[in-house]
Formats: sequence, C-alpha cells, structure tokens
Amino acid sequence: MDALNATDDISQVVILLEANPYFWGGRSNGAHSTGPANFTFDRFLEHVLLFINSLHLLNQANRIVVIATGATSCAYLYDSNAAELSENARTARVSKKLSVVEKITQKLEDFMSKEAVYDLNQGTEDNRYSLLSGSLSMALCYIQRILRGPSPHPLPRILCLQGTPDAPPQYIAVMNAIFSAQRSLVPIDACIVGNHHSAFLQQATHITGGIYMKPPAPEGLFEYLSMVFATDLYSRKFLQLPRASGVDFRASCFCHKKSIDMGFVCSVCLSIFCKGQRTCTTCNAIFAPSKQPNPAAAAAQKRKVS
Amino acid sequence: MGPEEDGTNPMDEDGDGDAEEQGRDMEAWEKAYAEDRSWEALTEDASGLLLAVDVTQQQRQHRRRFAASKGPRIQRGIIRYVFVVCDFSRAAAEADFKPSRMGAVANCVEAFVREFFDQNPLSHLGLITIRNGVARRLTDLSGSPEAHIRALRANLECSGDASIQNAIDLARGYLSSIPSYGHREVVILYSALSTCDPGDIMDSIAECKKANIRCSVVGLSAEIYICKTLCDKTGGVYSVAISESHLKELVLEHAPPPPAVAESAVASLVRMGFPQRGAEGTVALCACHREVKLGGGYTCPRCKARVCELPTECHICGLTLVSSPHLARSYHHLFPVPGFEEVSVQLQSMGKFDVLRLCYGCQQELPTAAVYPLRVMSLWRCDRFCRKQGNSGSETGVSTLQAALLF
Repeated sequence: MDALNATDDISQVVILLEANPYFWGGRSNGAHSTGPANFTFDRFLEHVLLFINSLHLLNQANRIVVIATGATSCAYLYDSNAAELSENARTARVSKKLSVVEKITQKLEDFMSKEAVYDLNQGTEDNRYSLLSGSLSMALCYIQRILRGPSPHPLPRILCLQGTPDAPPQYIAVMNAIFSAQRSLVPIDACIVGNHHSAFLQQATHITGGIYMKPPAPEGLFEYLSMVFATDLYSRKFLQLPRASGVDFRASCFCHKKSIDMGFVCSVCLSIFCKGQRTCTTCNAIFAPSKQPNPAAAAAQKRKVS
Repeated sequence: MGPEEDGTNPMDEDGDGDAEEQGRDMEAWEKAYAEDRSWEALTEDASGLLLAVDVTQQQRQHRRRFAASKGPRIQRGIIRYVFVVCDFSRAAAEADFKPSRMGAVANCVEAFVREFFDQNPLSHLGLITIRNGVARRLTDLSGSPEAHIRALRANLECSGDASIQNAIDLARGYLSSIPSYGHREVVILYSALSTCDPGDIMDSIAECKKANIRCSVVGLSAEIYICKTLCDKTGGVYSVAISESHLKELVLEHAPPPPAVAESAVASLVRMGFPQRGAEGTVALCACHREVKLGGGYTCPRCKARVCELPTECHICGLTLVSSPHLARSYHHLFPVPGFEEVSVQLQSMGKFDVLRLCYGCQQELPTAAVYPLRVMSLWRCDRFCRKQGNSGSETGVSTLQAALLF
C-alpha cells in the first residue's frame, strides 16, 4: 500500500534528552542505581548520537531537534532545520561544517556550564527531578511553529528519554502539555533509562497514542531505539510494537498520597480525598452535609418531567 | 426643474452635483463600504502565505482579552450542567449567514459540543429546540457528544415563532433535578427578532435568578432588549454575531468554565470512582451496550461492572467514573498561566535587556517589532499558544533564568 501523501513518512522528531547531572553523577557512583553501573552519560550520549544519525539516514528529509532537560533549565542542543532555514549571516564564523556530533557536544558543554551557574545561585533545590514540563513545552512550541509553516510539513512526534523519577510539583504542567499534544495530534514516545517507571509518561503515551518502553538492558539502548522508536508514524501501522501492559489511571489522594480507586472530589477545586471531611484543605470550602442523590429517585423524577 | 419625486436636492440644475448628490443619497453605512479598499491591505509573509489583514491590530485585541482575563484567580464553575437552546423558528431560515442561519447554528453547536466536553469532562450538556412557539427537549443531560450531534443533525427544520419564556421554563424544569454542587447554565442561540410568550417573561426571568441559572444569549440578528435583560439579571453574557466566523468565536467563548458566583452552587464532596483499565484479552459483558466485548474497558470499583469509555456514570450503580487526566484537564482553568510582559523596541535598543536573537520557545527569529518576554524573549505566538493550552511548563524553566540574564 503506497503512502497517501508523499510526506507521510517524513518525520519531525523532537528528542528530549535527560541531562540532569545529579542523575548521571549519582548513577555512576552506584549510589541510587540498581542497574549496570557502567551505563554512564557518555555511553548514553553515544547511543543517542548514533540514533540521530540513523534517523537522518532513514530518510534525508527527516528533521530532528534535540532539547536537553536539566535540573533547573532546558535548552535547544541541535536543530537540523537551522542550517536550511537561517539566513546564514551569522554562520559566517562557522566556516567549516560541523558534524552533528560536534554541534551537539559543543552546545551541551555550553548548557552544562550555564546549569552550573544557576545551580550556584539557586542553592540546593530538589535536584532529583528534571524539568520535564519545561522541555515538553518547548518541544510543543517548536512543533507549533513547524505546523504553522508551509504545508506539506513533516509529521511531528516527541521522543522523551527520561531517567529521573516523576516530579509531583510538575504534575499540572505535564498534564497540560499532554493535552495540548493530544489536541495537535503529536504522539509522545517514552524510553525510560532510569530505574523507576514513570506514571506521567505512561499516561502521556496512552493519551497521545505513543509507545512507552523501559528497556530491561539499557546498555543496549541503541537497539531499542532503532527497533522501536525510529519508525515514522505512517509505518507504525505495519509493525508489531510493544504495548504497555497496563496504565495506572488511578488518582492519588491529597491527604495521604496513596493511590485510591474510589474517593471524594471537592466540587470547587477538584482536590481528591480518600474519606469524607468537613472542609477542603486546598480551597477552604465548607461542605454541606450532603446526601448523594439516590439514582433511582433521580431517574423517577426525570421520567416524570419528560 | 421641479422638486424630484424621491426627495433629492431640488436646487441642482445640471449634472454637476451628481457625485455630491449620490454622496448624499447613500446612507452612512453605505459610505463605509464605498471607501473600503480592503484588498489593498493584503500582504504576504516570507513563505508566500497570505497574512491576515492588520496582524498587529488582531494581536492587540487578543492581548487585551488575555489581559482582561488575567488578574486574581477567580473561582470557576467546573462541574457544569448546560442546556443549549437552538432557535428553529422561521427567522432561522434566513440566508444572511451561509448556508442559512439554522445551518450556521448547527455547525457552531457541533463544534461547541466537542469543545465543551474536551474542556469540561465532568460536565453534562443537553439540547432544547424552539419551533412553532413550543420548546422541546432534543437530548437529555448527558456526557457523550455523539448522541447530541446525531440528534441535532436529524432535526434540522424550521418554522413558526420563537418563544424565550417556554425555553427557559423547560430548561429550569430539567435543571431543578440536578445535584446542588453543579452550576446551572443555559446558552441560547437566538435568530428571531421577537419572542412570542404565553405569560409574563419577567416572572420567568425572576424564577431563573432565584434558581441560580446563568442564562447567556448569542444573537444572530440584532440586539434585543429582552435578551439583554435576561442576561443582565441572571449574570450571563449577551453578544450578537456579525458573521459566521464571529458566531463561532462567540459560541466557543462559552466553552471554558465561567466565573462562578459563590452562592450559585453548594460546595460538596462528590463521590467518584477511578477505574482501572482492563488488560487486553479480557472478555466481559459491557453494561452500556449490553454485548460481549473483548479487551480494554474499565471496571467500576463499586459494582465491578464494565464500561467502555470514560468519563461516564456507571449504568448499574450510578457512581461517577473519571480518570485522573479528566480532573487534570480542568486544573488549567483553576491555575492559569501567568502573563508575559511586553517589551517595546526602544527598551531593547537601550540595552536594558540582554538582547537575544531567537525566541526561547520555538527558536524562531525575533522580529524587530514589539516582543513579549518573561525575562527571556519569546514570540507573542508562543505565549498565546502556551496560555491557550495552559502550558505552564516553560515558566518553571524560565523563572530560574532570571539570575543569569543581565538586566
């Protein structure tokens, strides 16, 4: 079956790279990790750079953007469109053509030095978490720019390489990003290189129609990336891709943070509680001693009115 | 020459004053069109696409609207029970909106229904039509968009008079049986210029106010006093559309939750269930279609019945079933994204800000026109996208950069 349009198999891939120094540093020390201690950041970067080059090989019209997710900020590392779209006045100083690898490593060094500066000024924040919401937002802004451009445009998707666990303060921002990706029909794929499954990314991939995967052997990362995440959206129909075994959609209650399958929701601010209480701790609304309307009585009343 | 029959200037002897005479013949609104040469204002951007006429004017309007909605966080009615009233009287057959007023209304209502359930997954919607002076309920208050759209498309015919009083009385009857924590609303899409009521409409309006029902009207013909009174007394919004796209815009403005008056709904704890998704390969009898379904589906935590999609109410035990993304969908109304500040070009050139060439959000070149930074430069379009979709993620990344930028 031929592609419906000529551009069906051209992709715009935005890769969100985990670049949190606390995660990678702690990992190689073996402090928190249970995985192989020799999967360090440079090995990881090698796999990713190979993957980027292989994406370029798959189709010369494929476009790739890499965004680094740090602990306190995010930055663009590489944009394959930039050389084509820019006016070239500023690239005069870069007279020799840098390869992809060199461009990325150069930008990464700049990013890391900026991160070090922020970190000194900030003091010790909660550095266990990376700024996933920030990099997702930047990726979506970039994709919106591509979608506004001349059509036909490549089919965009986001690949998220996540190592750190989910950050609870970023929940709302991440969910907003997921919904806007859903509206724009942009699938979010997730490849977990850390130790913990990520509930945010499981929900993201389920809602947007992407693939979620936690490779059991991360030192073979390139194989997983090229087998699973390299295919464009059109060709995914013909492949048997790994399906998520179960998505946990249960909410967690605000009082104890344990996941519940049946609870009470404040009608004003939508906070979730596991048992009934007099006032809402989030919005201070005082609850009327309500009795739930009996569904049978409500149905009888509806029948009477109609 | 004697006085002309049509009352034009009788003093003209010859054809000299013809142009002037024509100028005086034309009404004021005609003159506006005679001088309007809007085709000359069309411009193309770098890639050859046509730009909207006067982009800066549009941007300014959008900015004003966003600035108006900024400000202290206001309480919004998240759990809404809305009745949409469509006027299918003979005035809806007019063709000033394409294809007809009724067709334009049907398209807008379809888009509104989808947008409404997207923005308010916990809310319910019902449809009422006015035809021959009588209001009839088309669909019951429910949470599934397809049923409403199907019923609307099957019922497109118009005749007779329109009656606002019958419509709001009918809606009030249905809305009296909903739980007390819900916010009651009625949105009327009114094409007629008059209303043909069986009694005193002011009594009906007073009853609506007492029942805390917020009535809004979108008019298609002209501004009508009774609609304005209805909206003012009940706290709704009255607007009149001047074209199809304006109509769509006005109707979609009712999709996000409106600001809530404290007394309009009682705060209470609603019991909800968060079902798990079944694994692929499980076979079960689903409660909504009464047939055997393979794989997928959700299990009600109270009565273990299987339902096909969320959000819904369990058909067996009546428990509201939602998933956490549905609740999260409403959080962006409750916690809106803070605004970006505008920086004019003069301040930029004064070197007050560390000049960055590229937009932080999308790496596009910044134009030399006014831009919108929140301590970093970003394009106005990125800001609008962020606020529209409620993306506040970039703000967390951005706020820490203030230490590094030179001010």
